[in-house]
Amino acid sequence: MENKKEYGERVARHSPASPVIKNCVLAFLIGGGICAVGQLLFFLYNMLSASMEDAYTLVTVSLIFIAVLLTGFGIFDNIAGVAGAGTLVPVTGFANAVVSPAIDTKAEGLVVGVGANIFKVAGPVILFTTLAGTLYGIIEYVMSLFV
Amino acid sequence: MRKIFTPQYPVYISSFAAVGGYEERRGPLGELFDLASDDDRFGERTWERAEGEMGRVCLNLAMKKADISPADIDLLLAGDLQNQCVATSGGLLTFGIPFIGLYGACSTLTEGLCTAAAYLSADSTLSRCAVVTSSHNCAAERQFRTPLEYGAQRTPSAQWTATAAGAFILGRYGRACIRGSLPGVMTDGYVRDGANMGAAMAPAALDTILRYFSLSGKRPSDFDLIVTGDLGAVGSEILCEMLGERLPGAERIHADCGLLLYDRDGRDFHSGGSGCGCSASVLAAKILPEICRGELHDVLFLSTGALMSPSSVQQGQNIIGIAHAVHISAV
Repeated sequence: MENKKEYGERVARHSPASPVIKNCVLAFLIGGGICAVGQLLFFLYNMLSASMEDAYTLVTVSLIFIAVLLTGFGIFDNIAGVAGAGTLVPVTGFANAVVSPAIDTKAEGLVVGVGANIFKVAGPVILFTTLAGTLYGIIEYVMSLFV
Repeated sequence: MRKIFTPQYPVYISSFAAVGGYEERRGPLGELFDLASDDDRFGERTWERAEGEMGRVCLNLAMKKADISPADIDLLLAGDLQNQCVATSGGLLTFGIPFIGLYGACSTLTEGLCTAAAYLSADSTLSRCAVVTSSHNCAAERQFRTPLEYGAQRTPSAQWTATAAGAFILGRYGRACIRGSLPGVMTDGYVRDGANMGAAMAPAALDTILRYFSLSGKRPSDFDLIVTGDLGAVGSEILCEMLGERLPGAERIHADCGLLLYDRDGRDFHSGGSGCGCSASVLAAKILPEICRGELHDVLFLSTGALMSPSSVQQGQNIIGIAHAVHISAV
């Protein structure tokens, strides 16, 4: 058997790299498309006499609803397989990350299944955004004492 | 074992059956399955139970072909990919056959064939052993990766766990004979990437193949095919390159079940199929029928396994590879 370095080089030579440029372009186009849909929805809600603030909220709720619905129908993961970060970064990715484990663990029951697993994927996002927010708040507070 | 195990009394593969799911039905071998379902749930409420049902249906088909009942089988050797092999215990419970559960990750099929051959060889009064292995894409995704509907992009070296099962009845007659077997050695390829299992298993396959040829004194030209279980495109390339350097000629007769099972241009198969059901269904649907028809005479068949768990990968442990070989020849 070859040593770790020799075999590692052999593996690297034969393992195809992810098509980064293609993935980036697709993520940009599909992610941008989702944002454009969001913007159109914003205009629509605004036209239907929702205040600007309400319209923003309604856009987020609508996108979450669409992502959840597509996840339930088993379509979202197919789109995400092509879009990558394009569906992951907008709020659609977070919605999918919450709903997919919930669907997955339904058979194990509402409490130990859905309840215990619903944040299995999204949990780290919630934890670290809360921590980042806290850190930002502390920095801003300390700076406000001097500026 | 340091030696090739050669049965004292002849051991034959008397009967076999392959069952697959929707993607397997659409694949290049779709027509060859005894049963390929459009419904991956196989009428069950959960994916885990669906896998058990698939194993049950598969063993039933194999018994039907041999025209025997469960009472005619002395021993059942079976396993799957789920924790504690619950697909097997759930699905094969009702047969009431004395059972030894096996776990060798995706190498379970040849682990079973090796063990069954040893039992039948040790006691000539035993008439039949059954070997059943299965895997289900949805049960495996849930257990080893992410929720099924989670939208993630997979790397090109990742593999697709087959929704398939294979059942084999070994006995005293048949058109395919087990000439010998060689259990694999656990091999560390220093691979930690759970999405590159082909690379993790290739050194194990290489080790078993080299040992088999060295111990038997045979040459690659003595075989029609050397079949690996689920190295996929990446693992097969690595294995063939290393075989070319160490056992020239062997790389030209290599085939991989993971590459035979799917048309990789479609869907998310990436590097190819994997799972206990991958090598089992390809052996039962394609390789054994070709042996029985006399189109293939000598085949060295190795199911390859990646010995890992989600925790071991997350904790940064190397993925250990294993590959057991069985020499099957036409009678």
